[in-house]
Amino acid sequence: MADFKTPEVKEYLEIPALEAGVMSHSAPFVSKEQFQAPLGFPGELVDNWQQVAIDKLGELLETNRGLQVFMDSCVKCGACTDKCHYFLGTSDPRNMPVARQDLLRGVYRRYYTLPGKLFPKLVGAMDLTEEVLDQWYSYFHQCSECRRCSVFCPYGIDTAEVTMATREIMNAVGKGQKYSNEIIGKVFKIGNNLGLPEPALRDTLEGLEEEVKMDTGVDVRYPLDEKGAEVLLVTPSADFFAEPHVDGLIGYGKVFHQAGISWTLSSHASEAANFGLFIGSPENMKRIAMRIREAALDLGVKRIVFGECGHAWRVAYSFLNTLAGPFDFLDPRYPVPQHICEVTYDLIQRGALTLDKSANDHRRVTFHDSCNVARASRMGDMPGGQFVIPREILKAVCNHYYDMAPDTIGESTFCCGGGGGLLTDDLMELRVKGALPRMQALKHVVEEHGVNQLVAICAICKSQFSKVLPYYGFEMDQIVSLHQLVGDALVMDSKQ
Amino acid sequence: MPIEVNGKSYETDEEGYLANLNDWNPDLATAMAAADGTTLDENHWEVINFLREYYEEYQIAPAVRVLTKAIGKKLGPDKGNSKYLYELFPYGPAKQACKYAGLPKPTGCV
Repeated sequence: MADFKTPEVKEYLEIPALEAGVMSHSAPFVSKEQFQAPLGFPGELVDNWQQVAIDKLGELLETNRGLQVFMDSCVKCGACTDKCHYFLGTSDPRNMPVARQDLLRGVYRRYYTLPGKLFPKLVGAMDLTEEVLDQWYSYFHQCSECRRCSVFCPYGIDTAEVTMATREIMNAVGKGQKYSNEIIGKVFKIGNNLGLPEPALRDTLEGLEEEVKMDTGVDVRYPLDEKGAEVLLVTPSADFFAEPHVDGLIGYGKVFHQAGISWTLSSHASEAANFGLFIGSPENMKRIAMRIREAALDLGVKRIVFGECGHAWRVAYSFLNTLAGPFDFLDPRYPVPQHICEVTYDLIQRGALTLDKSANDHRRVTFHDSCNVARASRMGDMPGGQFVIPREILKAVCNHYYDMAPDTIGESTFCCGGGGGLLTDDLMELRVKGALPRMQALKHVVEEHGVNQLVAICAICKSQFSKVLPYYGFEMDQIVSLHQLVGDALVMDSKQ
Repeated sequence: MPIEVNGKSYETDEEGYLANLNDWNPDLATAMAAADGTTLDENHWEVINFLREYYEEYQIAPAVRVLTKAIGKKLGPDKGNSKYLYELFPYGPAKQACKYAGLPKPTGCV
C-alpha cells in the first residue's frame, strides 16, 4: 500500500491550509504503444510534440466553441476554489479548479491571444515546456470531471471540458493514460472494459441463475444474446464481475422477471461504460457507442435500458442519439434510452411490484448521488428527476432512509473520488484523499441516524467506496447497489 | 521491473504482474507472496490453482461469484464467500490472487 496519510475526518469540512505542490508527484502510469495504437494515438511522445499540442489546441478551439469561451471568460472570482473534493482532500492549491484550468489557459494565452504573444508575463501566459506538459499530466489526472465546481461558477465554466480537452491534446502527442486507454482497447477487441469474453460471460450468468434459484426458489433468467427480447440491457461489466455490483444485476433480473418483461444482455455490447468521454475523444466515444446500436439492431429489441453506471448514463442520456442514432427502430412509446431506475420507478408507481420493506429493516440507508447522473443528465419527465427517482425507489423498498447534508447531495453532490478515469491503483493516494468530503458527510449520518449502508447507482462509485471506506474506519461492504435493495424487498412468485 | 526467482529473471508490468502468462511456476507465486509478506498455505493454493484453471478455459479471471462458489465447493460452504477470500488475500482476491497466479490484472470499474 502506498505511503500516505488518510486525512482526518473532522466535525465540519474545513478548507485546508494550502500546501503548494504537495500532490505534484501524483501521476498515473503512462500508456504504451500497444494501448495507444488501437485508439489511433501515437505510441510515445512524438518528436515535435510542442507544435502538435499547440495545433491540437487550436483545432479544439475551432471545433468546440465552449472551450474557447471557457478559456476567455474566467475572471478569477474564486467561487470554485473550495468546491473541489481533490483540493479539500489534498490541500494542494493547484487542485483549486481555477488553478488547474490555468495550466491550459496560460498556454492558450501564449499562443492564441495577442497580449499573450506580445507581453506573456503581463497576462499570465506561459510557454508550453516539458515541465508544463508534466504538470498537465499530473493535475489533469487529479480532476474527475465531476463538474461540482461548475455549479458554483458564475460564468458556467465547465471544468470537465477543460480537463477532457487537455487529455485529448496529451493523447494526440502520445502521452496517454494507461488505465483508460487499455480499457477502451478491450471494448474494441472483446466488448467490455474487463475483457470478459462471451463464454465466460455466459458461464457467469448461468451461475447467477443457479444462485437466485437457490435463494428464492424462482427461475429468474439472466439471458444473453436472445433475439426478439423486448429490452436490451446495457450495463457496466463490473456488474458481472465484482461485488457489490453483481447484487444490483441480480436485482434488475428480478424486476424484469416480476414485471414479465422479456430482456437480454448482449455479448457484443457487454459494457455500458464509455471511457471515450473521460479522455475527451469523440471518435472513440462514437466507436464504443456504435456497439450498442449494432447489438440493438442485431437482437431486434424494442427498448434499450441502461444499468447502474454514472457516466454511461450521461453518455446515454445526453449523447447516444448524436453518437449512434437515429433510434427510429425502437418502440417510440418509451424514452430512448431508459434508465433501470426509471423502469423500476414506473413499475412501483403502477403497483406492478409487490414489495416487502421489512426485508431491508436491518439496513439504515443513505444515497450517494453520482456526479454524472446528478449534473449531466435527468431521469423521468420532471426537473430533478435524477434525484427524486432513486430516493423514491429506496423509500418504497426500505423503512429507514436518511439523506446526507444538503450541500453534499443533489446537484452539489461530492464525487466518490474515483470518477473520470481515475479508478486505478496507481492513483490510490489521490482516491483516498479525494473521498474525504463524502466520508465526512457519511460520518455525520452514521452518527446522527445510525446509517449503516451507502447506496450508489454507479459502478465506479461502488468500486471506489469498497476500496476507500476502510481507510476511514468503515467496512468495505457498507456500499451497496440500489437494485440489491430492490431485489431483496421484491416478493417473488413464479408468475406463469 | 523484472522479478528474480531461482536465478532466473521474469518480466513484469509496473505493478508486478507477470508479463508472460507461460512464465509462471509455483516458485514465482511463492516469491511474489513473500515480497508482500505473505506465506502461501494450501488454502491460498486452492484459489491460485482455480484461477489458473479458469483462466486457461476462459482467458479471463473468474467473476467474484464464480470464484466464491468454486472455493465453497472445495473448502466448505463457510469459506465460499468474499469475506474469507479477503482474509486470504487482503489486497483483494481479484487483484492479489491474480498476481500470484500469473494472470493479468482485471481492468475496468472494479
